[in-house]
Amino acid sequence: MSAISMILVVIVAFFAGMEGILDEFEFHQPLIACTLIGLVTGQLTAGLILGGSLQMIALGWANIGAAVAPDAALASVASAIILVQGGQGTKGIGSAIAIAIPLAVAGLFLTMIVRTITVAIIHIMDAAAEKGNYRTIDMWQVICICLQGLRIAIPAALLLIIPASQVRAMLEAMPAWLSDGMAIGGGMVVAVGYAMVINMMASSEVWPFFAIGFALAALTDLTLIAIGTIGLSMALMYLKLDEHGSNGGNGGGGNNNTGDPLGDILDDY
Amino acid sequence: MADNKTDTKKISLTRNDRLKVAWRSTFIQGSWNYERMQNGGWLYSLMPALNKLYTKKEDRIAAYKRHLEFFNTHPYLASPIIGVTLALEEDRANGAPVDDVAIQGVKVGMMGPLAGVGDPVFWYTVRPIVGALGASLAIAGNIVGPILFFVLWNLIRWAFMWYTQEFGYRAGSRITDDLSGGLLQKVTRGASMMGMFVIGALIQRWVKIDFKPVVSRITQQKGAFIDWNHLPSGAAGIHKALTEYNLGKGLSLDKVKVTTLQDNLDQLIPGLAALLLTFLCMWLLKKKVSPIIIILGIFIFGILLHVVGWL
Repeated sequence: MSAISMILVVIVAFFAGMEGILDEFEFHQPLIACTLIGLVTGQLTAGLILGGSLQMIALGWANIGAAVAPDAALASVASAIILVQGGQGTKGIGSAIAIAIPLAVAGLFLTMIVRTITVAIIHIMDAAAEKGNYRTIDMWQVICICLQGLRIAIPAALLLIIPASQVRAMLEAMPAWLSDGMAIGGGMVVAVGYAMVINMMASSEVWPFFAIGFALAALTDLTLIAIGTIGLSMALMYLKLDEHGSNGGNGGGGNNNTGDPLGDILDDY
Repeated sequence: MADNKTDTKKISLTRNDRLKVAWRSTFIQGSWNYERMQNGGWLYSLMPALNKLYTKKEDRIAAYKRHLEFFNTHPYLASPIIGVTLALEEDRANGAPVDDVAIQGVKVGMMGPLAGVGDPVFWYTVRPIVGALGASLAIAGNIVGPILFFVLWNLIRWAFMWYTQEFGYRAGSRITDDLSGGLLQKVTRGASMMGMFVIGALIQRWVKIDFKPVVSRITQQKGAFIDWNHLPSGAAGIHKALTEYNLGKGLSLDKVKVTTLQDNLDQLIPGLAALLLTFLCMWLLKKKVSPIIIILGIFIFGILLHVVGWL
């Protein structure tokens, strides 16, 4: 890999690290981060497909309150680097994904470390506020963001230092049953993200929507856009009809509003 | 809104000031910390407005300290709260009796319910849908996938952040009453329905389980399969074979018809195994098993069953 490529990879990693915490532009999502690393290393197609596959797994990963989700930033950056270094092209995607998962856990600990360091920085901000020194506060906010960038940029640089031949040898030493098995695991592991989403949203009101979506998806002629359109229209229709039901003032309409009859029964106790 | 007539000149925030604040609020999570969470980013976002509204040093110091209090919500749903806070601070700077408690009360009162809206709407509906759309294109090697994801996501995000901040700014303190009303609840419900619908579809399409065990081997009668030995040679033979095969609807390729367990399952319900696996994961998550453990478990399970020959 050329020096320019390496520098660009580290820059991509830096942005991914920043975004991993900001969650705004979504540079850290595998779809973007892997594609960008593929682009700067001249292996666009491999990076693109890796990004797409990893994105499917990471769809349900989200930081909700105190719950911690695997870190998409480190997972995408590190697996893309390993894929590129391994030199197997699109064939290496299965094992790159399998390697990405433990790295997503490691990324979690790095986030926790940086967030703890930030507590100290907040106290520096307090002191600056006491003096009315707003430039200092602004500066430390930027430093915090950069720390989050370094969280991913440093591991990425370390991975780049490991010679490509070593990564390649390691990947080639992997027996076929292991890499095939990992690819099969990668196909199933998507379910965990979906399960997290369902646990968050499920109520008796929305289960029929789930069932219809599942049944319609078996019609392979329907694209995702078509499925999304049907879902959106049904949700809008449901809400509209529900509104009319409530306006009618009948008991049936009122019951629909809470969407959780079991919850109502429990509340009555 | 209270206007103070005794003040000779009223300070107000221009559209440009509000745009600056909105841009800075992009970085609200930058200094996320375990002690007061988004407080540093919150102050960073409001900084241009506070500096404009308060020119005296002691007023500024008081404002900075007031906005370094604990704050945490969904990063995009902070925007309407910022809007309301801007309106309140503007009133205060113009002499209205808005005290620290009122401002802190609005922040805390709004951050909880709004986080509850942002998570299902953005993380669990918009991102999975836009992400799955982009990813399905990317897996096929289409570069439009990531570009579409990036552009769509940021358009939705920025439009949402700017308009809700403006809405909050205009509505001032009345927004809290508004938000606890029906509209917000409706958005959350609609998003959950849409989200569940798409998740149902995604499980069917993207969770891949393929059971390999062979259920039956049937030797088919002559005429049910393509007779490879008696095809014309060259291109004509390929043409005849493809015509007979008819995209899988015509004759079968081999003499022995192999039916795997997966074929049987697909006739019953396509994606049944994927659905059951998802339910298992949901149950494990409810039992407080860490998602990381489940993910690693699935990998080990996949490798083991592959070695045994089931997958």
